[in-house]
Amino acid sequence: MEAILAWIADNQQMIYIVILMIFVGIEVIGHVPSVLHTPLMSGANAIHGVVIIGAIIVMGKAEPHNYVALILGFLAVVVGTLNVVGGFVVTDRMLEMFKGKKKSSK
Amino acid sequence: MELSILTLCYLVGSVTFIIGLKMLSNPSSARNGNLLAAAGMTIAIIGTIFLYEEDGKKLGNYPWIFGGILIGGIIGTLAAKKVKMTAMPEMVSMFNGMGGACAALISAVEFDHIYQANKTLDFGNMADFIPAGHYLTIIAGAIIGSVSFAGSMIAWGKLSGKIKDMSFSGQHIVNLLVLLLVLVAGVFTYQYNVGFSHILFYTTVALALLYGVFFVMPIGGADMPVVISLLNSFTGVAAACGGFLYNNKVMLTGGILVGAAGTLLTILMCKAMNRSLKNVLIGSFGGSTASG
Repeated sequence: MEAILAWIADNQQMIYIVILMIFVGIEVIGHVPSVLHTPLMSGANAIHGVVIIGAIIVMGKAEPHNYVALILGFLAVVVGTLNVVGGFVVTDRMLEMFKGKKKSSK
Repeated sequence: MELSILTLCYLVGSVTFIIGLKMLSNPSSARNGNLLAAAGMTIAIIGTIFLYEEDGKKLGNYPWIFGGILIGGIIGTLAAKKVKMTAMPEMVSMFNGMGGACAALISAVEFDHIYQANKTLDFGNMADFIPAGHYLTIIAGAIIGSVSFAGSMIAWGKLSGKIKDMSFSGQHIVNLLVLLLVLVAGVFTYQYNVGFSHILFYTTVALALLYGVFFVMPIGGADMPVVISLLNSFTGVAAACGGFLYNNKVMLTGGILVGAAGTLLTILMCKAMNRSLKNVLIGSFGGSTASG
């Protein structure tokens, strides 16, 4: 119990952010039209690519001779970049298609 | 001074994510929203590479970092540019899986780090060396990331027609059992002595991967977008675990934002299909899903 309280005290700011972000996340996409569901999913997918920052930190902190950390960290950077770059490019292509469709229907 | 510039980078990143997501939910501004979020992401990444420091020490291994980003960037761009319009959802699933794998790998490296530092003390428990909260963020990142990775890969295989639906009677009981095993293994990793916890950690990850496979396997192909959206929000939470681990605000904001928005989006998608989430997740057992 004490450990939990101590942890909450240590991470007070972070916990506030978590709670606020839950509400922001729900509020922000609350009125999305159903045609945009897939692009929004794809966009959100790209945004959670922020894990790449963790990968960069892990990679940058790895000791030069700790090969387990180096290899795992390198893999993490590669797949993280895939998530970010691929995610944003796919979303852009989706929305491009969406725009074209909308114009032609008008 | 440099550190405060980094803080500013992270702040800009967080705000662009929120505004980007907001713009993405409106047809007229969606494309700009995506670009805005991408710009914020770039700022946050570049800031991390050049400005991040811990205990006054800057990051090293630049060749590895840039090599990884270059390889990932080229493959990602090519894959995303070449994919057919009809194959977009499976591509999203694949990229989502990559994010999950990234989170799991970060946890694995962090765990290895702790293990290496303490392995000579063979008779102590893991619990004696690291605080529970710290361990919790590592193991949660590993479990959620692995589930998301395995699940997304199965979803990708299903959408591209490589994997067929597979279910057997009582599968949801098996699923629950596997999930229980994952949690038990996760707790034991913390309670056992350091020498053995190494093996237990990888057992936990392996079981989590297995759970991811079992979780998506029985769900019908038509329901895949909903599942991908759900796994998407899982990966968001896994990313947020990384945020806790490094006390990194932009990872936390981005992760939780996607976690919350993704969950709501999953529910909205179910509604658009006139089904309930519960129906999608367990309705497929017994093969009578058509009526929903």
